Amino acid sequence: MRFNNESWAGFKGDVWKKEINVRDFIQNNYTPYLGDDSFLTPSSEKTRKVWNKLTEMFKEERERGVYDAETKTPQTITTYGAGYIDKENEVIVGLQTDAPLKRGIFPKGGIRMVENSLEAYGYKLDPMTKEIFTKYRKTHNEGVFSAYTDEMMAARRSAIITGLPDAYGRGRIIGDYRRVALYGTTILIEEKKNFQKRLDIQEITDDIIQAREEITEQIKALKDFEKMCASYGFDVSRPAENAREAVQFVYLAYLAAVKDQDGAAMSIGRTATFLDIYIEKDIKEGRLTEDEAQELIDQMIIKLRIVRFLRTPEYNDLFSGDPVWVTESLGGMGLDGRTLVTKTCFRYLHTLYNLGPAPEPNLTVLWADKLPENWKRFCAKVSIDTSAIQYENDDLMRVDYGDDYGIACCVSPMKIGKQMQYFGARANLAKCLLYAINGGRDECSGVQVAPQYEPITSEYLDYEEVMQKYEQMMRWLAKVYVNALKIIHYMHDKYAYEAFEMALHDGNVQRIRATGIAGLSIVADSLAAIRDCKVKVIRDERGLAVDFEREGDYVPFGNNDDRTDQIAVDITEKFMEYLRQHETYRHAVPTQSILTITSNVVYGKKTGSTPDGRPGGAPFAPGANPMNGRDKKGAVAALASVAKLPFQHAHDGISYTFAVSPATLGKESTVQVDNLVSLLNGYFVPTGGQHLNVNVFDKELLIDAMEHPEKYPQLTIRVSGYAVNFVKLTREQQLDVISRTINQAL
Amino acid sequence: MAEIVGRIHSLESFGTVDGPGIRFVTFLQGCPLRCLYCHNPDTWNPKGKVAYEYTPQQLLDEVLRYRNFIVRGGVTLTGGEPLMQPAFCREFFRLCREEGLHTTIDTAGSIVNEQTLSVLDYTDLVLLDIKALDAEKCKHVCAADGRNTLRFLDELQARSIPTWIRHVVVPGLTDDEAGLDRLVSYVKSYTVVEKIEWLPYHTMGTFKYKELGIDYPLEGVLPLSADRIKTIKEKYKDALNRESSAE
Repeated sequence: MRFNNESWAGFKGDVWKKEINVRDFIQNNYTPYLGDDSFLTPSSEKTRKVWNKLTEMFKEERERGVYDAETKTPQTITTYGAGYIDKENEVIVGLQTDAPLKRGIFPKGGIRMVENSLEAYGYKLDPMTKEIFTKYRKTHNEGVFSAYTDEMMAARRSAIITGLPDAYGRGRIIGDYRRVALYGTTILIEEKKNFQKRLDIQEITDDIIQAREEITEQIKALKDFEKMCASYGFDVSRPAENAREAVQFVYLAYLAAVKDQDGAAMSIGRTATFLDIYIEKDIKEGRLTEDEAQELIDQMIIKLRIVRFLRTPEYNDLFSGDPVWVTESLGGMGLDGRTLVTKTCFRYLHTLYNLGPAPEPNLTVLWADKLPENWKRFCAKVSIDTSAIQYENDDLMRVDYGDDYGIACCVSPMKIGKQMQYFGARANLAKCLLYAINGGRDECSGVQVAPQYEPITSEYLDYEEVMQKYEQMMRWLAKVYVNALKIIHYMHDKYAYEAFEMALHDGNVQRIRATGIAGLSIVADSLAAIRDCKVKVIRDERGLAVDFEREGDYVPFGNNDDRTDQIAVDITEKFMEYLRQHETYRHAVPTQSILTITSNVVYGKKTGSTPDGRPGGAPFAPGANPMNGRDKKGAVAALASVAKLPFQHAHDGISYTFAVSPATLGKESTVQVDNLVSLLNGYFVPTGGQHLNVNVFDKELLIDAMEHPEKYPQLTIRVSGYAVNFVKLTREQQLDVISRTINQAL
Repeated sequence: MAEIVGRIHSLESFGTVDGPGIRFVTFLQGCPLRCLYCHNPDTWNPKGKVAYEYTPQQLLDEVLRYRNFIVRGGVTLTGGEPLMQPAFCREFFRLCREEGLHTTIDTAGSIVNEQTLSVLDYTDLVLLDIKALDAEKCKHVCAADGRNTLRFLDELQARSIPTWIRHVVVPGLTDDEAGLDRLVSYVKSYTVVEKIEWLPYHTMGTFKYKELGIDYPLEGVLPLSADRIKTIKEKYKDALNRESSAE
């Protein structure tokens, strides 16, 4: 087979013309950029007009929680016609609904969720819509709860497993939106049809039936997408012919995804270097100026900043600040040793100056030792100025994921268009430790959640006994957890399948089952305390261990102490091994992440006192962070501890969030940049850490922002795996962030 | 020979203000000076409680675990007065040099003898703290007249060891214009001096006095204002006029 198209004239390479292969197109046509940021230009007048109009609307949105919401018509790719913010000034067009900031509804995920979210903001769900999704059309949520076991329900209720995508879209699927610009939908549909034809050569099994049905859905979604684009005046059936169309088509494809799904994380992939090919070509041929190139990027980023989903207040507790995780992965190195940094990577980051800082898109720099020094320094400067970007270790991930992977959500790497994942939130390993001590009863409710085991009855905890029981309890937790996920993803595929996103994947997609753990540093510290100190158990009248008294000291996780850090390593590996023992839905490859999002606060609230000395109800550390205030040797020692956590047993990512005051980073701004670059170089060695959120601000600034939110509408900070507007966090979360900022050491 | 053991008050793996780049900073226990504005009174007593007692090799082993981070920076010994433990400093720096690590010592240079000067054999950069040029004034600020510090500076010049001068600017005590001018013109003639660091007086260490039950000598003195330090920095920005400054 061979595709052909006139608009490909001037592009090099051959393989990508014979098969869907965006990577091959990029490798044959991109121009690495080694220079500095001096070519960048300010935002255009048009861009400023559009952005200013939105800025006014953001104010209202902050006050009311949502700007506007749909109450009747369920969202699909074609539900709404064309919508605009300020038509004559919009260079890149396309809105999720018919008006900016208006939130659509996705009842296929669950009708109760839609109803509750609307009510929380003073809207009422249309009775007919409710009837349809109650009486005539089953939802994902209803499906899951019709199959959950009692044990799963209990584990969920007691929050030993939290955040399961059983009432909302699972997300974390990245369509290869670049395919639309490169190939156009005619070729993509042709490919899907051919793939489907190949699916009738064997015996018809459940798998084949499901696959055939899904491909039909995918083709239908691509055709709907063509209609959606036509309403904006674009013909996406053919490839993009210039830079403007390339940017527009990639955005339209992403837009269709967020019209079709309200997944928890709707990441965009790795688009900058792909688009750079079109932009460089147009600039070279005199059809585009640098100002116009920046305008295209600025205006696309504006659109990515206003993706909205309707969520319940409970959801916001877990994932606060309205995150969408429009994660874009920037830079990195190619397998041939050339850097994948291009001018457009600079242009993406430059939007944080042109439009001011913002949490979305979730700009993620893939760091590598051999990245151009100019790019490293520019990234560090942007971090210091905006605290809006995160970093991930390309030298670590490239080994397994090649050079065309992207980050979904916060830290989850996947090959674009070739891998997808079944998101599984996380299990609370700190609570699991308390279950081991209490024989499977919940320390807060007293309910027997796990099967009845013999509790520990001694006055002082014995390390061997605790470990033995903890291992049993982790095995139980792993089982109930992965079985619940099987139900969830079975139902999600059945009732809320991501047809459009999956249409932009290969037919033979690799599936990943992504579980996660929370509370690792508490577990490591607790076990170190039990091993190295005398830990006395305080039991209440129900016989439950509700508090602990410690005699002696232990070295906490985060001090680069091998004895304690090894506990964290062992627990990560053990739990992963227990997860691996179970069969997965659709042969997905099991992985786990060490990540909490902002739910570290909620996890803390729902977990009793722990043997490390943490009082009941106090927040967990975010992600893989050591517990706050327990480091004695400074920030680099903490990084060194986290870097020991084994990526092969936490292949879905290991999140570390770092906050430092500018003065702590160095005395002058060039020194601050030097030191941040050195810190990133040090952390991201090939055997080093996987992810780092970098925040640079003074505590005083945050305290002022907490008291006077109106003064800081755009203040952006990084929390575990994403960025938020600081003023949108709950007060508890704000205090948690403030308590973690490292100020100048004495 | 008995094994050398360093008495270490604390370690900081992310040092960014005591020499160039990210540095592994070791705070050694013990100091004879009793500066009025000292923010680390807990490091004074040489026999005081310490967090670590390491041989030079043990400290190096710890440092090497951070090598990735400090390749563009290095190690810094500070305190207290690190030169109260000269044998330890010398041997530690010797080992660091073998590993290709940049070595910096932060000292007031108040102890000048064969032993302390021998540390300089393995030192790449000295942060030399000059309390005051004037002997009387210096005696008021701390327990020494400062003449040893100036002898130390002579020695640094003789050995061509790059030096950053440090001066803590305390309102009403060490911040008079004439004094600062004199200090600048004095150190300017030393070609080894690459930079002068003006350290604004702060009160973040006063809580330690309370903990230790010592009266704080500068009770009531306010921290140096941000404006004032900015003015001083601006004024002497080009005072050294070095071709290649360390900035």
